[in-house]
Amino acid sequence: MDLSLSDEQRLLGDAASRFIAGRYSFEARRTILQSTEGFSREIWREFADLGWLGLSVPEEFGGLGAGAVETGIVMEALGRALVVEPYLATAVIAVPLIAELGSQQQKAELLPPIVAGKSRLAFAQAEPQARFALDDVATKAVRTSVGWRLEGRKDVVLGAPWADHLLVVARISPTQRDRSGIGVFVVPSSAAGIVRTDYQTLDGGRASNIVFSEAAVPTDALLGGSEHALPAIEKVTDNAIAAMASEAVGCMQVLLETTIAYTKQRIQFGKPLADNQVLRHRMAAMAVKIEEARASALNAVLAADADPLTRARAASSAKVKVGRSGRFVAEQAVQLHGGMGVTEELNVGAYFKRLMAIDIIFGSPEFHLQRHARLSRQQAA
Amino acid sequence: MDLSFSKDELAFRDEVRDFIAKNLTEEARRGQRLTPSALSEKAVFGSWHAALYRKGWVAPYWPKEYGGAGWTPAQRYIFESELGLAGAPRLLPFGIHMVGPVIIKFGSQVQKDYYLPRILSGEDYWCQGYSEPGSGSDLASLKTKAVRDGDHYVVNGTKIWTTHAHFADRMFALVRTADTPKRQEGISFLLIDMKTKGISTRPIITIGGDHEVNQVFFDDVHVPVENRVGEENKGWTYAKYLLEFERGAGFRASGLRRELKELRELIARDRAGSVAGDESLASRLSEIEIDIDALEMIELKLLSDVQAGRNPGPVSSVLKLRGTEVFQAITRLGVDVIGHNALVWEPRRPLYGLNEPAVLPEEELAILPAHLDGRAHTIFGGTSEIQHEIIAKQMLGL
Repeated sequence: MDLSLSDEQRLLGDAASRFIAGRYSFEARRTILQSTEGFSREIWREFADLGWLGLSVPEEFGGLGAGAVETGIVMEALGRALVVEPYLATAVIAVPLIAELGSQQQKAELLPPIVAGKSRLAFAQAEPQARFALDDVATKAVRTSVGWRLEGRKDVVLGAPWADHLLVVARISPTQRDRSGIGVFVVPSSAAGIVRTDYQTLDGGRASNIVFSEAAVPTDALLGGSEHALPAIEKVTDNAIAAMASEAVGCMQVLLETTIAYTKQRIQFGKPLADNQVLRHRMAAMAVKIEEARASALNAVLAADADPLTRARAASSAKVKVGRSGRFVAEQAVQLHGGMGVTEELNVGAYFKRLMAIDIIFGSPEFHLQRHARLSRQQAA
Repeated sequence: MDLSFSKDELAFRDEVRDFIAKNLTEEARRGQRLTPSALSEKAVFGSWHAALYRKGWVAPYWPKEYGGAGWTPAQRYIFESELGLAGAPRLLPFGIHMVGPVIIKFGSQVQKDYYLPRILSGEDYWCQGYSEPGSGSDLASLKTKAVRDGDHYVVNGTKIWTTHAHFADRMFALVRTADTPKRQEGISFLLIDMKTKGISTRPIITIGGDHEVNQVFFDDVHVPVENRVGEENKGWTYAKYLLEFERGAGFRASGLRRELKELRELIARDRAGSVAGDESLASRLSEIEIDIDALEMIELKLLSDVQAGRNPGPVSSVLKLRGTEVFQAITRLGVDVIGHNALVWEPRRPLYGLNEPAVLPEEELAILPAHLDGRAHTIFGGTSEIQHEIIAKQMLGL
């Protein structure tokens, strides 16, 4: 057993730290958020130059063919800087989904432009009635003489306003909650029959609610021609949860560092706040939560390619542990910053919000606690 | 022991309920529901304030001679509880609960005659100039200076977290008038007209996206000496008197109960049943309700002590501490109930005035900003850490 990083992995981490330190200060981020588009095409191109967009793309399609550990390293750095560019949607979700499900031809068409920074995708999965259940899909794909017709509604599609293509999860079989009969369709964002409502998200990103009404797509829009895409969707979302857990650890670490620095310099009652034992212990508790979250994230990252049950349990564990830790760390960071912590003027609130978003995306800790319990019963049976 | 109210008290409760039914408009309730920050704006509370004014119930706790209602503690409790349950907008506390009582106790006759009626009528909109960038929990370290120049003070410095300074006509402020070794002894209490030359305000936007608080700057601001309350350098005494009112700012359980009820209604609206059927949410709702029950019982015990003339001790700290924590638990549960919709950011304000349709349904609009802004509740009015300190010292003798 060896839980230390390889030389290549350490170099990747150093490069990521250098990049965010030099290119993604809080002020730079603020400028990006206030721009019309809400993200930076320049930063995206630099992601491509650094090779990050092709990190998990197989080498035969121009990527680096790296694994979940490398993705976690980059995500932790992105978490430290609160990067709003849709790395998660494109590199962490769309790429592996295409790699898992796509035909050789689809991969050859879709992956190289992603690696080159010329294509961004969004994952149109969540639906209003489903809450967080991945198998609850009401959006229908109906076969037509020339391909498919999509009907339905997707909510909070992260990064959709910036995407050229959507990966739409749709039901091919008639039963709304059925593990089989689900497909993933590659649809140009501008296709006829798609109405998008764009908006800002809690964490400074952009998302859309999308209505599909008689949206016609060709036969080859169905990834890999697969009508049994749910296992791949589950794998990809579990691994995205692991990646987000690493990102959350980056967020939490910054919050702890910021809180320590603030309580050391803020004088009240003639001494630094950090001299108060109750506050020292609070920060120690934050550090313990972060250690636990980091461990849980690593566990999920290392289970990325394990059997489905092991992988799913590790992902749900990380969702619970990171969610709870993130909430505690964020709330205490705000509390210890006093009034300033509740304003837009410090970065504390922005980290608080990103950790909240991570908590919600792909399911709340409560949802994953129940999933974990269900999986544990399965394992025992 | 007897938990029930007397016949007279029940008759009073009916009177309050009847008044609410006749005067609290749906528009005011809606405005309050769509106010994520601690205090609503005049467009929301204005008509309600006017109705209370006509009835003589704006400041019922003031002595009768100044316009109070002469109520018993039980009547106060009933009044506040009924308002909380009804979802009435909270009237601004700065005049009614803060500077009003200080003027009544320490102000000159001229000040009483001028300011008190204007607080009751709502003609004057007050804000509170206490905290400074360097002086939060440690308020006595404040640095805003007032230097005597003939019949004026010249004020220089800055105040922060000034709620509604951008609406206010007047500010009551603590200023330093002497550099004494004991910092509390060099502070005076001034009433400042916000239109005075040299005052500027800067909005501070909260993480919920709301403009509720400000930083206020004083640049050679001339304040007439007659606008000082009480004696020079005795302001700390008046400030402490006021803080007692701020901390004991009322009974909260009934308001929390209504907020929980609104959350239950939100869950019941869930079309697909995926929320309504979630057992973990049901458990958390119960847990919060149990907390509210306990909080309400502590309030009733406090009421009983006060009625019997017993000193209830620092129980207002217990109520502030737990009341704000339970409030935060409710707003957090709200976020969990709306699921993915908590990712949707509505930047427009005020929420009660939105004319264009929003991405979210109206009942979900305030959930996220209320949770974010709500983090301030364990900070303002004495942080939770300070409340623990008070409890340790005053309740436990540590």
